[in-house]
Amino acid sequence: MNIFLNILLYLVLAPLTGGLLAGLDRKITARMQSRIGPPILQPFFDVLKLTQKENLVVRRSQNFYIGFFLVLVIFTGALFFTGKDILLVIFAFTLAAIFFVLAGFKASSPYSFIGAHRELLQMMAYEPVIILSAVGMYMVTRSFYVSDIVSFSRPLIYYLPGILFGLLYILAMKFRKSPFDLAASHHAHQELVKGITTEFSGKALAMIEVAHWYENMLVLGFIYLFFARLPLAGALLSLLAYFLVILIDNTFARVKWQLALLSCWLVTLIFGFGNILVLFILRK
Amino acid sequence: MYLLEFLIMFPLLISVILLLLKGERLRAGLVKISALAISSAAIALLISTFHRSIQYFKAESHLVDKIMFFTEWALAGYILYLGLKFKRARLTLLILLQAALMFYFEYSCGAKVISENNLFIDKFSIIMSLVVGIIGSLICVYSTGYMEDFHRDYHKEIKDRRNFFFFVIFVFLSAMFGVIFSNNLLWLYFFWEITTVCSFLLIGYKRTQESRNNAFRALELNLLGGLAFLAAIIIFYRTTGSIELSKVMLLGKAWALIPVILVCFAGLTKSAQLPFSSWLLGAMVAPTPVSALLHSSTMVKAGVYIILRFAAVLQGTMAGFALALIGGITFLAASFAAVSQSDAKKILAYSTVANLGLIVLCAGIGTYEAMWAAILLIIFHATAKCLLFLCVGTIEHKIHSRNIENMSGLIITMPKLSIMLQIGMAGMFLAPFGMLISKWAALKALVDYNPLLAIFVVFGSSVTLFFWVKWMGKLIIVAEPKDEIEHGVSKSQWFPLGALSVLTISVCGFFPLVSSVLIEPYCLEIYARTITMSQGNIVIMSIMLAMVMLFPLSFINYGKRVKVVDAYLGGANINNNVEFRGSAGTVNSMSMYNYYLEDYFNEKKLLKFGVIISIVLVIAMLGLSLL
Repeated sequence: MNIFLNILLYLVLAPLTGGLLAGLDRKITARMQSRIGPPILQPFFDVLKLTQKENLVVRRSQNFYIGFFLVLVIFTGALFFTGKDILLVIFAFTLAAIFFVLAGFKASSPYSFIGAHRELLQMMAYEPVIILSAVGMYMVTRSFYVSDIVSFSRPLIYYLPGILFGLLYILAMKFRKSPFDLAASHHAHQELVKGITTEFSGKALAMIEVAHWYENMLVLGFIYLFFARLPLAGALLSLLAYFLVILIDNTFARVKWQLALLSCWLVTLIFGFGNILVLFILRK
Repeated sequence: MYLLEFLIMFPLLISVILLLLKGERLRAGLVKISALAISSAAIALLISTFHRSIQYFKAESHLVDKIMFFTEWALAGYILYLGLKFKRARLTLLILLQAALMFYFEYSCGAKVISENNLFIDKFSIIMSLVVGIIGSLICVYSTGYMEDFHRDYHKEIKDRRNFFFFVIFVFLSAMFGVIFSNNLLWLYFFWEITTVCSFLLIGYKRTQESRNNAFRALELNLLGGLAFLAAIIIFYRTTGSIELSKVMLLGKAWALIPVILVCFAGLTKSAQLPFSSWLLGAMVAPTPVSALLHSSTMVKAGVYIILRFAAVLQGTMAGFALALIGGITFLAASFAAVSQSDAKKILAYSTVANLGLIVLCAGIGTYEAMWAAILLIIFHATAKCLLFLCVGTIEHKIHSRNIENMSGLIITMPKLSIMLQIGMAGMFLAPFGMLISKWAALKALVDYNPLLAIFVVFGSSVTLFFWVKWMGKLIIVAEPKDEIEHGVSKSQWFPLGALSVLTISVCGFFPLVSSVLIEPYCLEIYARTITMSQGNIVIMSIMLAMVMLFPLSFINYGKRVKVVDAYLGGANINNNVEFRGSAGTVNSMSMYNYYLEDYFNEKKLLKFGVIISIVLVIAMLGLSLL
């Protein structure tokens, strides 16, 4: 029964927290730009309003992909928060993201097309460090199960600082924030228009928003794993990571894809793989 | 026992009939019936032997030995003739060397060489025979329809030698069964060389200058491997007095490492690993069923098969580690190179090379976990890759191109084929389909052995994702209305395509069964321990599979409760989704091309880099085996 309760809690709490964080994000961002900003609950109002809009599409099947994106993101989160195999969590997460990209392709507009390509490029950029983090966690805890990783006797940050740094580096990609907001920008007046989400409106856009809330909670959960031994500190530090991303978002311009890809892979190689190498040598 | 002999002899018999038979319809009929017989025999073999442990058969026959002896020398003579006629110095040198080595062996100890059991069957050979028997047969059926279109409509300039084509294909299947079931290494070597010659003949089928060159390249590289194989057999015999696979494998590392590494070298050439990959990439000049055959069920799988046979010996050795690195480098370089390709067949070819690299990586490690992962990879790769090649073959005939840029909107021009193509792609990289299960297993095996090796999988699979998804995306884009052009594809093409699509999905659904009945018992036989995917993970995979399978259901809602509008193009659209009026009233059109990132994923540079590193590693591997 416990597991169902867990899933239920997750289903309700994750989007609530994710939405609140999104509201907080907008508030903080506004303050950084000397604006007052919307109320904290604004993201919820936005989503509610979106669900009442007319369903406009370019291709009749484009929203099906979005529906599956949402379902798969929720499924991935359920796997993670019930302590399942982290490799499967990563694969399911990738599957979800692919549905999102395919939706962008399906919409068949040049802006969503470019956005989809860039999203894909970013996936290629951030996948390595995510899989490496699972490898690192396995080396330390001898298990791929999130439940075992959480209950490991010491905080993983002691062993895996490089990997954590690598993850923090790609965080902006997962949160779709500058300098890595290549695929979908929040500001429709730029060269991308709205990138991958250009042709989505109404309920589909609402689903994308909610999926992002779930996604963001999952990513924060990933960061939390590094401090899981100290739950309170872990939660605080994950939040800190979130605010760090907001700060960077407001201080950096968008980079080109070349730099995004190269820098992600370099960071992954130097810090991520370097970390694994050191760990391996120390263990020998 | 009878099934074994049937599987080897029956295709051979049919091949001769096919060569002599006149009349295309009769031949097509015979091919289909034989394909049915071969696949049924493979399944019967599974049913009758899966519960038994390894079995050996004498299959002693002087006649067979004589025939093999003469065939071998006749082939050597034929190749020598080709080498002289077409002035291929390397080829001539290789065949002369091989002949000298063969002569030396026959002369010095030919009479004394006795093999107690010539044939054998175990779980691994059952798996391989299913792969060859079922997938190979489906390719044969497909070929009947495809080759008819090929000669009638698309390549009128090429001489119709279909009787020869099917002759070679059936000899090929026969030789593959020979490779799988031989316990006598000389037999194995004989069949091995037959597959080399068959692939040479098939690649050169078109008889153009390009296909001739590529065929010779394939022949040369594989003969180089054959030479190493022969040397290995001689060393085996000299040191142990035996030429039986089963006995040689029992000897353990200290004894057998040098010849084992030589066999692995042969396996590397055959499975087109760097630095020998060029022959497989060149092989795509052949008609598409040939590519499907070479890439999925035969040839390259023979290469990894033989390496995997010796994987247990490699475990924990430095030479094995070097082999693993070769596989890893190949996986990386080929995956990266695929990103910049727009030719569908080339993408598939690079993906094959890459996946075989992953198998070699597992084999080099040689632990039971790696073995489990590698065998899974063989099964999943064979089905999905065969489906992909056959789809591309039919699509190429219809759209007269195999450039993926021209496949834009295939979902409306050729809906069924594009869905099958997508199933094949999903099988290659998408969770929860086959290849991803194997990647999960491979990653686990690598991390348990040496986490540093995981780096290959980590980067390689991320890149894999990129080139598959962008192709998949291209298929589903519909920028403007187009007509359906799918009609006229023959039933003999549809049937194998449909069957392979079902297979690609069902091997994923039934993989726990395959694993528990065949792969795990095999690992237990070799290592006395095994690994499996936990029940929980299987449930998760099944849920994911069910979810993905449900996706088509959403099309029930197709077009309901939505309002269709034009895409945003940055101006006022002119009646469609591809033209718009920009500022100052200019009419602009829009087109979409995929990213190929050529500056970053340059094929030439990657291959050059890969070849240099892999040559160093091959030398290291050979050197380390001497230590």
